[in-house]
Amino acid sequence: MAVMTYREALNMALREEMHRDPSVFVIGEEVGLYEGAYKVTQGLLKEFGAQRVVDTPIAESGFTGVGIGAAMAGLRPVVEMMTFNFALLALDQIVNSAAKMYYMSGGQFNVPIVIRGPGGPAAQLAAQHSQSMETYFYHVPGLKVVRPTTPMDAKGLLKSSIRDDNPVIFIESETLYNVKGEVPEDPDFLIPLGKAIVRREGTDVTVIAYMGMMYRAMEAAEELEKEGISVELVDPRTLRPMDTETIINSVRKTHRVVVVEAGAGFAGMGSEIAASVTEQAFDDLDAPVERVTGSNAPMPYARNLEKLKTPSKDWIVAAVRRVCNANGS
Amino acid sequence: MAVTKVVMPKLSDAMESGKIIKWLKKEGDRIQGGDILAEVETDKADVEMEAFGAGVLRKILVPAGETAAIGALIGVIAEPGDDIAALVASAPAPVPAPAGAVSATAPAPRPAAATPSAPPTPVARPAAVVGAPAAVPAGLGQGFQSGRVKASPLAKKIAAQTGVDLRLIQGSGPGGRIIRRDVEAAGSGVTSAIAMPAAAAGAEFEDVPLTQIRAAIARRMPLSKAPVPHFYVTSEVAMDHAWELREQLNTLEGQPKISVNDLVIRACALALLKHPGVNASLQGDAIRVFHRAHIGIAVALEDGLITPVLRDCHAKPLAQIAVEARDLVERARNRKLRAQELSGATFSISNLGMFDVTEFSAIINPPEGAILAVGSVRRVPVVDESGLGVGRRMMLTISCDHRVMDGAMGARFLQDVKRLLEEPLRLLV
Repeated sequence: MAVMTYREALNMALREEMHRDPSVFVIGEEVGLYEGAYKVTQGLLKEFGAQRVVDTPIAESGFTGVGIGAAMAGLRPVVEMMTFNFALLALDQIVNSAAKMYYMSGGQFNVPIVIRGPGGPAAQLAAQHSQSMETYFYHVPGLKVVRPTTPMDAKGLLKSSIRDDNPVIFIESETLYNVKGEVPEDPDFLIPLGKAIVRREGTDVTVIAYMGMMYRAMEAAEELEKEGISVELVDPRTLRPMDTETIINSVRKTHRVVVVEAGAGFAGMGSEIAASVTEQAFDDLDAPVERVTGSNAPMPYARNLEKLKTPSKDWIVAAVRRVCNANGS
Repeated sequence: MAVTKVVMPKLSDAMESGKIIKWLKKEGDRIQGGDILAEVETDKADVEMEAFGAGVLRKILVPAGETAAIGALIGVIAEPGDDIAALVASAPAPVPAPAGAVSATAPAPRPAAATPSAPPTPVARPAAVVGAPAAVPAGLGQGFQSGRVKASPLAKKIAAQTGVDLRLIQGSGPGGRIIRRDVEAAGSGVTSAIAMPAAAAGAEFEDVPLTQIRAAIARRMPLSKAPVPHFYVTSEVAMDHAWELREQLNTLEGQPKISVNDLVIRACALALLKHPGVNASLQGDAIRVFHRAHIGIAVALEDGLITPVLRDCHAKPLAQIAVEARDLVERARNRKLRAQELSGATFSISNLGMFDVTEFSAIINPPEGAILAVGSVRRVPVVDESGLGVGRRMMLTISCDHRVMDGAMGARFLQDVKRLLEEPLRLLV
């Protein structure tokens, strides 16, 4: 194991897969000469050449379409969105072509494409650049959606995404690129898609969170531990397919659930998980499922308002106390 | 003209259903708002039910002796010309009460055949009271439970597995929801009852069905003793001066008779004002400190006990306390208390002095933070500066919620009560 940043772990995954499989190539804005807006593709142009590291015009719909066509023709493109908010420009390509091609061609064409880039709230990137973009994609049948929380997950899940024969939406985060963690250097290290992980064992309440919210939930769990509330943390890692089995097993143990998501709550991941828990573990619930979500507003630019929009450790602590009916007493 | 639905009112905090003892108006009677329509037996007391609308009492849907859940339609007030057929038809058909089930939360009206007005009599019954799920008649099933009792799914599952009757449990979750810990607490107490063999004729025991009031006590007291960490502080009070003062006061013509308990109430009210930390209640993540002393007075009844509330004791002179306390106690014994007289106490007093009790400790009635247990005034040998003599002494024991206050706080309060009683002129000024 080596300790490295999330950014370096992604870079390592790309390099290893490009070495392993000559059909893998990278395409997007500034991925080559500039080595990526967030330096995830650092060194790749030099190492693999301009045929496999392709700089494009500012034209998301166009280069995403190029990627989908290349995937149908047998290559394994990794398309970078400079931020995932820009994927809205390519929504028709992703939703109507990538996601549906296998179905509508009667199985003649699969689309082994990875579309990756940072998304979700960051630091003062304002309304248009802070959206939790996964919500736009996990609704669509035919897409897989991955949100890796740690450097190890970033490597293991990106490699699995590249090897997957279906389109994968792989959303990173500006706020996590510099997070350090242990990462296996083994080029065969993979984390399968659709497998959640229990990041912390506990007995009183299950908190489900991913990305930055998982780090807030960790802090909340430590604070609640001092009050005698034992929190189990579950990170789904892949949002679609969702590993409900791991979640339900945890609920059967703790009997209480809090779901945390950074985006606005309406019809969000919290709603979906709450529904699954109610359908599959109703008789195990000792309290209604609580959701902790971003406020129902565009992300403000002002730093103080940005804090009010995004779930914090304190929001999570309060929700856990509510479902445990502890109220600090 | 408006049609007024007469529904079973919520007459006490813990009430879930009420039994109509008798209708004081009959179908066809003209009703004014505020008229007393009926007497209702709740889990705590018999309470008069007022009419809210004016018109003619057109229909009585739940006859005397039968039980209805809170909010259930029990009658209709309307003008003679109003069409009430649809409203009457919308009332749920009377459902037979589950055989032997405790009536605390019995489902809506029983048919008249169910010997309604008979007082609960001891009967030898084959099943333990707690085995109720099996006793629920077909057709009620889930709806019966979930319609009346708020419980988490997990609590329901555990209750079904352990045979705990959710209707007998008060929930400690949000909004009174029964959650796992409530069922587990209740289950630890009833498992032996489940295992009890059936009582045959001439057997060694009989199962007496719980009256509403006993069921309420059974439900509420474990919710105090188990979760509320009690501590106790006891003090002996020299009652010689208080006794003398009381005898003098009681010779005054035209003045109400003063009891020892009235002196204790007055002393507590004054001391509570000075020690608001004792006049306090744990409310989630805050301690609610009351600025007024509403004192609950425990009154023993044949089948249980009830705690009517004497409001604003801190602002009432001794004579007024005496008159109002006597009225409350008498009406408590006759079950004529109004609903609002049964809730809102900030502190309680339980006096077993009439039973020649030296001292005892009481269980706090949540959400109050403390209760004072009062023993008899006894003549005992005492030693003072002049030597050995005979004095009157009374033991006071305060039970305090340790989450709200600490020992020293309880002790200081008790010290002040003692001082007020030992220098009883302070009670008059």
